[in-house]
Amino acid sequence: MRSLPRWLYVPALVGASFVLLPLAAIVARVDWPNFLTLVTSEGSRDALWLSLRTSGVSTLLCVVLGVPLAMVLARTSFRGQGLLRSLVLLPLVLPPVVGGIALLYTFGRRGLLGESLEVLGLQVAFSTAAVVMAQTFVALPFLVVSLEGALRTAGTRYEVVAASLGAGPSTVLRRVTLPMVLPGLVSGTVLAFARSLGEFGATITFAGSLQGTTRTLPLEIYLRRETDADAAVALSLVLVLVAVVVIGFARQGRGSL
Amino acid sequence: MTPLPVRRLALLAPLLLVLPLAGCGDDSADTAGAVGAGGGEDVTLTVVAAASLTSTFEQLGEVFEQENDGVSVDLNFAGSSDLVAQIIEGAPADVFASADTANMDKLTAEDLAAQEPQDFATNVLQIAVPPGNPAGITSFQDLTEPGLALVVCAPEVPCGAAAQGVADAAGVSLAPVSEEQSVTDVRTKVASGEADAGLVYVTDVIAAGDDVEGILFPESDAVLNRYPIAPVADSEQADLAADFVELVLSAEGQQILADAGFGAP
Repeated sequence: MRSLPRWLYVPALVGASFVLLPLAAIVARVDWPNFLTLVTSEGSRDALWLSLRTSGVSTLLCVVLGVPLAMVLARTSFRGQGLLRSLVLLPLVLPPVVGGIALLYTFGRRGLLGESLEVLGLQVAFSTAAVVMAQTFVALPFLVVSLEGALRTAGTRYEVVAASLGAGPSTVLRRVTLPMVLPGLVSGTVLAFARSLGEFGATITFAGSLQGTTRTLPLEIYLRRETDADAAVALSLVLVLVAVVVIGFARQGRGSL
Repeated sequence: MTPLPVRRLALLAPLLLVLPLAGCGDDSADTAGAVGAGGGEDVTLTVVAAASLTSTFEQLGEVFEQENDGVSVDLNFAGSSDLVAQIIEGAPADVFASADTANMDKLTAEDLAAQEPQDFATNVLQIAVPPGNPAGITSFQDLTEPGLALVVCAPEVPCGAAAQGVADAAGVSLAPVSEEQSVTDVRTKVASGEADAGLVYVTDVIAAGDDVEGILFPESDAVLNRYPIAPVADSEQADLAADFVELVLSAEGQQILADAGFGAP
């Protein structure tokens, strides 16, 4: 532990303050006497509840779609796999508003699949489903990246042994692979949830903004800034607190495993 | 002892990142001083203006640069409430042009307007529909048809407050599928065909070109949106700021605004 060069602490400290100072500034700006009134208004409660609901559903979708995707990327090899991985992980680096535009041109009324969806009687535009889709789009790569990393680190030794002892592929997956990478899966899932909770750009571009239907907490904060800065700051603190709880949960999950 | 100098140098690395910034600060202070002494070379005038003024103020900025040698106009466009919040928090600004009086009032309430704000333009709402008007909208009353995907601005932003005012005056209650953050968000949702109709300003319909069609409706007169402008207090370029305001209010400035669809103040 004593091998770190001393000068390293200077930029490390600057880096830590750069992240922590703005958070402290939010706390300093909160109108504490009115805090409860501000965060429990009807609009705030609707937004928080909608955010938790949609983030929950999109995290579930991320697990259902992301676990198989990570497995395929980590445990198989085929032509174009590297390209596929890069493309699937694109939303990690893409500005979310670009994701929103892409979703609009795919699932929007005049999009690639929009007309087929309309024939089936499905209208995604301006619905809560659109919020979930936007969140899943931006959060999926977080789960895939952490799970794929865990899978590669874990290696295939135990899987090979289990298979040689007669376990079928599904049994190996269920009894060996998944338990082995569970910490990676947990932290990936928590990351995906946190990313969904903070989603803003893709949602406002693709889903719109209506109280109780599509206006999630980040959108509510952005809108409140227009007229009621105190409410925006109070709600920001709520979002910070939720994020802290989520991160704490992720750390605990990782530590105990 | 040999590695020590290297360590010392490394310690200075973060400072190297900050030094160029400090240099910038000095430069601008020097130029400002030179102007005060009657110099007049390479001065920057920072104009912050409502997003709906983008194309007109870009033109006005060019005219101002042509008329004033050595002056460059820096334009910063965003929602009026964002801009006024930034100015109050100390962002550099010499002139502020707002899309509504409410946000200009925030500036005057903080004693940050160097002069009494003056109205320089007006704007009214218009119904925007996708090209070809697929939903067949002809009047304001048509916006209440069930199943119609209507998009408006949220009541918290100026264009939404105007939409609410017009609906109240017309005795109509609107049930939008989305209340957007800004008038451009409404326009893009209409242009992409995602929404059947939206309420935007006349100037937005003109700026959108062929992307949307505009439908005039008589009830729009009920709410006239006023655009005020004022030089910002404590500006280092107080004279230039006053000159820019004068240009906006001049016949030339008014013509540029009228061409974009703005009404006279």
